[in-house]
Amino acid sequence: MPAPSHATSVLSIRTPEGVAFSYPLAGPIVRFLAWWIDALAILGINIGLSSSVAFVAAVSPDIAGAIFIIGAFIVSIGYGMFLEWIWYGQTLGKKFFGLRVIDDQALRLRGPQIIMRNLLRAIDSLPIGYAIGGAFAYWHPQCKRLGDLVGRTVVILARPEALPDLAQIAGAKYNSFRNYPHLEARLRQQVGVEMASLGLRALIRRDQLESGPRARLFARLANLYRKLVRFPDEATESLTDEQYVRNVVDSILRPKSKNPTVAPAA
Amino acid sequence: MILDLEKFARSEQPHWKELEVILSVYEGDSEPRLTLDEVRNLHYLYERASSGLNKVSAFGHEPQLQSYLEGLVARAYAAIHQTRDSSERVAILRWFRFTVPQTFRRHLRAFELAAALTLLGAILGGFALSVDPYAKEALVPSGFAHVMESPEERVAKEESIRTDQMAGQQVQFSAFLMRNNIRVSFLAMALGVAWGIFTCIILVYNGALLGMVAWDYITAGETEFLLGWLLPHGSVEIPAILIGGQAGFIIAGAVLGWGSRQSLRARFRNILDDLITLVLLIVLLLIWAGIIESFFSQYHEPLLPYSVKIFFGATQLAALFYYLLATGKDASAISHARS
Repeated sequence: MPAPSHATSVLSIRTPEGVAFSYPLAGPIVRFLAWWIDALAILGINIGLSSSVAFVAAVSPDIAGAIFIIGAFIVSIGYGMFLEWIWYGQTLGKKFFGLRVIDDQALRLRGPQIIMRNLLRAIDSLPIGYAIGGAFAYWHPQCKRLGDLVGRTVVILARPEALPDLAQIAGAKYNSFRNYPHLEARLRQQVGVEMASLGLRALIRRDQLESGPRARLFARLANLYRKLVRFPDEATESLTDEQYVRNVVDSILRPKSKNPTVAPAA
Repeated sequence: MILDLEKFARSEQPHWKELEVILSVYEGDSEPRLTLDEVRNLHYLYERASSGLNKVSAFGHEPQLQSYLEGLVARAYAAIHQTRDSSERVAILRWFRFTVPQTFRRHLRAFELAAALTLLGAILGGFALSVDPYAKEALVPSGFAHVMESPEERVAKEESIRTDQMAGQQVQFSAFLMRNNIRVSFLAMALGVAWGIFTCIILVYNGALLGMVAWDYITAGETEFLLGWLLPHGSVEIPAILIGGQAGFIIAGAVLGWGSRQSLRARFRNILDDLITLVLLIVLLLIWAGIIESFFSQYHEPLLPYSVKIFFGATQLAALFYYLLATGKDASAISHARS
């Protein structure tokens, strides 16, 4: 039986309205690393618990021992349940690696699902280091360990939820390339939508890049576009590489149109 | 057609933001109650975001915006298409009075199987000890030193005690018992995913230990001590472990899917709530058993008469099975629980 390619594993959902969306699934290795962080967190909590119990032990060693036994047990099985409940499917480790537990039909995660997937850790963690759970997750097409199978959950790579800064596309109001419609037409023909979308992505992410890499990226993109269509010097002089890319994207992806939303293609 | 992304996003952004706000409120509320207008608005915004996602997917060439919209549509989809009761609040009294006994009875065959396997183990354990006195040493774990003693020696020792030997360690001992028994029961349940094979093994082994101990004490003429020692906590602890086995067999039944045309996923969906009910029942029973074992079972005659202990244990056992088998039969409650 061939091993599934976890690099491309996704949970695809098609809604009754015909809309499709997908979640990239987390593979066993990244989940294992997240578990290590959680294991360290549990260890830390237990150390804190044992220090706290030391004060009780001064009054009653019997009660202190009981608090520690029950406390450590509750922490070991309740850590995942509690955090996945209050953080909507995340623990410390999952937060660190950008993972999230969700219902495998993308519905709301319910308490019983969280409880069951965490109780089944007793089997998944056998015989050592989540060997059974890891093996299941490796072979299962949706990277499910046994707990996920019974709880009907999957672990996904949490997507960025912030709306991208689309104002970056607008840039300067004046596009000097607009004065050369025949060259713009050639630009649309030569560069095409796919290559222009590279420039668009670079513009949207410009604020996430350091100044050095950002300058090098826009220089490479501008040179790429310059090689395909050459605009007269008066249209390009004093243009930075970034502004050059902005003009190209503007010319290709936003041709002049009466329709404010959907414009005719080049 | 090419989407003018910036203009499109500018015109749609207020609707997306409004949907985000509604979803944040909705998701943060354990029992969301929306008016009809709010529901209509939520559905309208969901459809609008879905339409936007379709456009961006087809024409936009902007994966980050597409990803944002997919996340938004997914959240709205989960909120709108959640057909189950979204409330996670449990009416504790109703759960105790109706849900627990009904759930137990719904899977009575699984419990009977667990009990039968334990009984089989007990018979095998007793038989093994009757033919080979050294079987006890081979099968009993090292932590059960008191079981390894001969019954006569143990009874003589226990009955010679005139002071409270457990003083100062009852709470810790009780906690230790609770943790261990809960762990074993969870394991018996979780091992059900391996087609129930290991659940069978755990139950037979547990039964074998019980059978060996029972045979040992009965043949030594110490039946009264045995009942007085085991009944007070065993009348709760053993059923709890059997319920753990019951839960394991429910899982095994879902894995095997005999006689069911449903998918594995649907079978797990059908049993999930019942499993949680049984798990909570196990925890409650074992907490009680741990308290009884530490504070009651460990005291013997002359400190505590065996008749009192046996009466307590037998009454408790009868009460537990009366509760599980004969209560919570109200028809309206049954339909509510099933729905």
